[in-house]
Amino acid sequence: MSLINQRQGFRRTRGKSAFWGLDPILTVAVGLLLFIGTLLVYAATRDWYASNGLDPEYYLKRHVINIMIGILLAWGTTVIDYRSLRAYTPVVWGLGVIGLTAVLIPGIGSEVNGARAWFPLPGGFQIQPAELSKIAIIVGMSMLLSEYRHESDAPSHRDVIQALLVAAIPVGLILLQPDMGTVFIISVAVVAMIGASGAPSRWVVGLILIALLGGFGATKLGVINDYQVKRLQSFVDPNSDVLGAGYQLRQARITVGSGGLFGTGLFEGPQTNGRFVPEQQTDFIFTVAGEQLGFVGSGFILLLYLTIVMRAFTIARRSTDAFGRMVCVGVLSWFAFQTFENIGMTLGLMPMTGVPLPFLSYGGSSMFANMIGFGLLQNIYAKQRG
Amino acid sequence: MNLRSRLSLLVIQILIISLMVALLGRLFYLQVAAAPQYKDAALSIQSRDVVTPATRGLIVDASGIPLALNKVGVAITVDRTIIDKQEDKGEAVLRSLARLLKIKYVNILQRTRLCGELESGKRAGCWTGSRFQPIPITKDADPSLALQIVERSDQYPGISAAPVAIRSYPGNGDVNAAHMLGYIGPLTEGDLAGENGRTYFRSEYIGKAGLEIQYDEFLRGTPGIKTFTVDRKEVVTNTRKVTNPIPGNHLVTSIDTRLQAASEKALAAAVARSRANGYRADGAAAVVMDVVTGRILALASYPTFDPNAYERGLTTKQARDLYSESQGVPALNRALQGVFAPASTFKVVSLAAAASAGYNLNANYDCPGQFEVGTRIFRNFESKDQGTLSMKKAIAVSCDTIWYKIAFSEWIKDGGLKPKSNPNDFFFKAAEGFQVGQRTGIDLPSESSGRLANREWRISWYEQNKDFYCNYKERASKAQQTAFLIELARENCLDGDKIRAGDAVNFSIGQGDTVITPLKLTQMYAAIANGGTIWKPTVGKAIVTTEGRILQTISPEKVGTLPTNKATLKFLQSSLREVVVSGTGAGAFSGFPIAVSGKTGTAEVFGRNADGSLKSDTSWFAGYGPTNKPRFAVVMMVSQGGFGSSSSGVGVRQIFETLFGVQGSTIVPGAAIYPEGKPPTVLPKISPATKAKVAP
Repeated sequence: MSLINQRQGFRRTRGKSAFWGLDPILTVAVGLLLFIGTLLVYAATRDWYASNGLDPEYYLKRHVINIMIGILLAWGTTVIDYRSLRAYTPVVWGLGVIGLTAVLIPGIGSEVNGARAWFPLPGGFQIQPAELSKIAIIVGMSMLLSEYRHESDAPSHRDVIQALLVAAIPVGLILLQPDMGTVFIISVAVVAMIGASGAPSRWVVGLILIALLGGFGATKLGVINDYQVKRLQSFVDPNSDVLGAGYQLRQARITVGSGGLFGTGLFEGPQTNGRFVPEQQTDFIFTVAGEQLGFVGSGFILLLYLTIVMRAFTIARRSTDAFGRMVCVGVLSWFAFQTFENIGMTLGLMPMTGVPLPFLSYGGSSMFANMIGFGLLQNIYAKQRG
Repeated sequence: MNLRSRLSLLVIQILIISLMVALLGRLFYLQVAAAPQYKDAALSIQSRDVVTPATRGLIVDASGIPLALNKVGVAITVDRTIIDKQEDKGEAVLRSLARLLKIKYVNILQRTRLCGELESGKRAGCWTGSRFQPIPITKDADPSLALQIVERSDQYPGISAAPVAIRSYPGNGDVNAAHMLGYIGPLTEGDLAGENGRTYFRSEYIGKAGLEIQYDEFLRGTPGIKTFTVDRKEVVTNTRKVTNPIPGNHLVTSIDTRLQAASEKALAAAVARSRANGYRADGAAAVVMDVVTGRILALASYPTFDPNAYERGLTTKQARDLYSESQGVPALNRALQGVFAPASTFKVVSLAAAASAGYNLNANYDCPGQFEVGTRIFRNFESKDQGTLSMKKAIAVSCDTIWYKIAFSEWIKDGGLKPKSNPNDFFFKAAEGFQVGQRTGIDLPSESSGRLANREWRISWYEQNKDFYCNYKERASKAQQTAFLIELARENCLDGDKIRAGDAVNFSIGQGDTVITPLKLTQMYAAIANGGTIWKPTVGKAIVTTEGRILQTISPEKVGTLPTNKATLKFLQSSLREVVVSGTGAGAFSGFPIAVSGKTGTAEVFGRNADGSLKSDTSWFAGYGPTNKPRFAVVMMVSQGGFGSSSSGVGVRQIFETLFGVQGSTIVPGAAIYPEGKPPTVLPKISPATKAKVAP
């Protein structure tokens, strides 16, 4: 507790009015990412849509709408009372589970790229319940791991088991879609939260072992393989030569590599404009940054992510209660590993999974979830300030 | 926060920082360290080069008559990248194309297979280019058929028809010259990979043989390139750069169309004559050279082929026949790729050897019917005893036994089977002086060097073959196990690394293991005629731009001087005149109004033909004229053609007749190919429309 006390003074000196009580570093970093993301989504789609006789601003408009809804959600999450957050959590979790169940039913959920993960909405919008489930899992687990009903400063085995159940049900449903990328990200966040909760370390060790065995088993049984192969094939233009399963990944690497140090300039990339990388406004948005902004620009984006995550660590450490700390750890692990998973895939370090890049990729559900996560961090930051 | 959770937080933080650093490192590698290679890769994905081939330069004869030019043809091409995707791999389409073009389906199938797809031995007529080039079935199609393909393109997916520039060998004045001109063809993967140090574009055609390949870098020109940027659907989004094609330069040769045609005709007639006399005559060659300049005026090989067949599209059979033994391997340019024992034409070398060994050329020598070397008997031609002869007469009547005797005694002087450490080797040295066993260095590809069977060659031959001969009973086939061959093998095993008496005497009459090309013999006789200069012969005379500017003059080089002194050379020249006056060439040249010189040769050939018959003699005649002021060397060789005089001698006379404008025994005024007695030195005006003069 001494550490926190020492920092009280520092916190008081901060200007209250400049950011309406928001963390300035976090806000600026996320704001920059949203701005860059908007440009990249536009750059990824403008020329192709124009040359195919479609509205070149189609994605831009929708992306801006998504961001505006996201800002509203973030604002709501920031100002909401801590206690009502806890009250809403079981509802959000329950809705998430219902959504994840419903999405698996043919006719209700739609299948895109081999995974049943979306609810189609009017106007071409889609909702992906798995994204919102991330929030429910993080907040739900945080509640269970922070409300000790006994004389201890760490959760008991019982708390951990309950928390794991909260995560296991949605994760199981997402596995059925299947959406391995999301499963991976949630799993990492769950392990990180349990670790940070102060629970006995054998839980962490055990969970990591289970995850490794599960991953190995799934690969052996062909669950991951089939899915990935299907995904790969579905991407490739059916009219073009089947160029092999590594086509997208190779294209992505070439596109990033061809950007060089300074890039081709925004809107100028022939690889992007020729649309050689599929899904380049969503999962492969980083290729657009790589080609058009070069090492300087895409390195800067990486630094923005690092800033967000490091800032979240600071907020976690300064949090006056265990709940806030848990939420921070959950959100930051989610952001960090989703970023690593996505950019790692683009750069050929990670296997191919379809997860969007937080704050940058086009996509409503993901944007909303990210912004709620951002709101949660702000909420906890605000709480520290009293 | 307990210690454990604080520690966990730190671990997570370190883990995340490491992962982010890993991403940054990877990003640095891709975008900075490896950026150039990825930029190249991206460029090859986005860019499409449309290549407009340059107009190939003409090849013309010394008076400007085109030997190779370009014309517009209609190409019907098959796109493998499209038909391979069809369910039946394009069979139905190719079958209907075969019906339309009235050619066999198997031919189209073979033509559209990449050579690498076929087993070796079944590659005749295969596509030497790559899968990504449109493969022409013909480039000279009937336009109405092409129109049907264009109009019913839905019925012919993957087949296109379009006008193209094609190479044409017009055959002005009935000239063929296929071996010398060569042909053009698609690039191989090796060419594209830059194996010969040049860069090409996929759709280009380049010279594949003869002058077309020799002077390809000049003839080819520079293709025009339009570089487009395309998107994933191959839609052009941008034109990046445009360069216009630069037409290729013209090649002026020293060939004369009429002389070339006459040489081909004389060659074909010589073959026909030999065959009428019962010989197989499976191949022949003729060369005409300007002895003063070293330029080639005509060069022909028999059997020949139609140089236009390549552009028209070879059938599988045609492609196979080009290299088939039963068809006489028409693709082989016998003038510079065929090697044969020179027989008596080689006696000019022996005469030089005898002179340097100190034999008196003006003395008389015995010419008995046979000469014994140990247990072996070496016979004169037809075992004829000619009594005592002057050396000059001995050359004229082609006495062999004189040479056996001289060669044998020189061999003995050099130590026989136990050679001295520093033997005189007059015969080998004379042959080396004539540059036997070396390429002439003519500006045509794939020349054979022939072989000089001297002591060094013997030793290397022995190294390669001693295992076979020393284990003959195990190594040789059943058919080879005759008493004679077994005895021969035993001898070869014993002292095969040494020049034996038999080798020495055979060498002196141009038999045995020494072989030369007809072109080599031409070079040798040209040197005798011109007073001793050995020329590196040339066919090309100059490279001329399309504007008529001379880009490069090609001149023959002096590559040596004969090892004979003036007196010996004079004697040699007078002996060669005597051959035509009173010797073995007299019959062929009886009544010829211009004095010419020459030497016959009738080479024994060992071995059997494919049908088991013994091989007939190689017929040679090497001559030059006019005797008093030599200008032209003419050599003819008919493989398995019988006697030197009747087959080749008569053929050479016919070539001389055309050269000098002779009909029978009279000179027709103004009929000579070169009215001034020598080939033109001025370069001609070049136009594809120039036609051959009609012989008077």
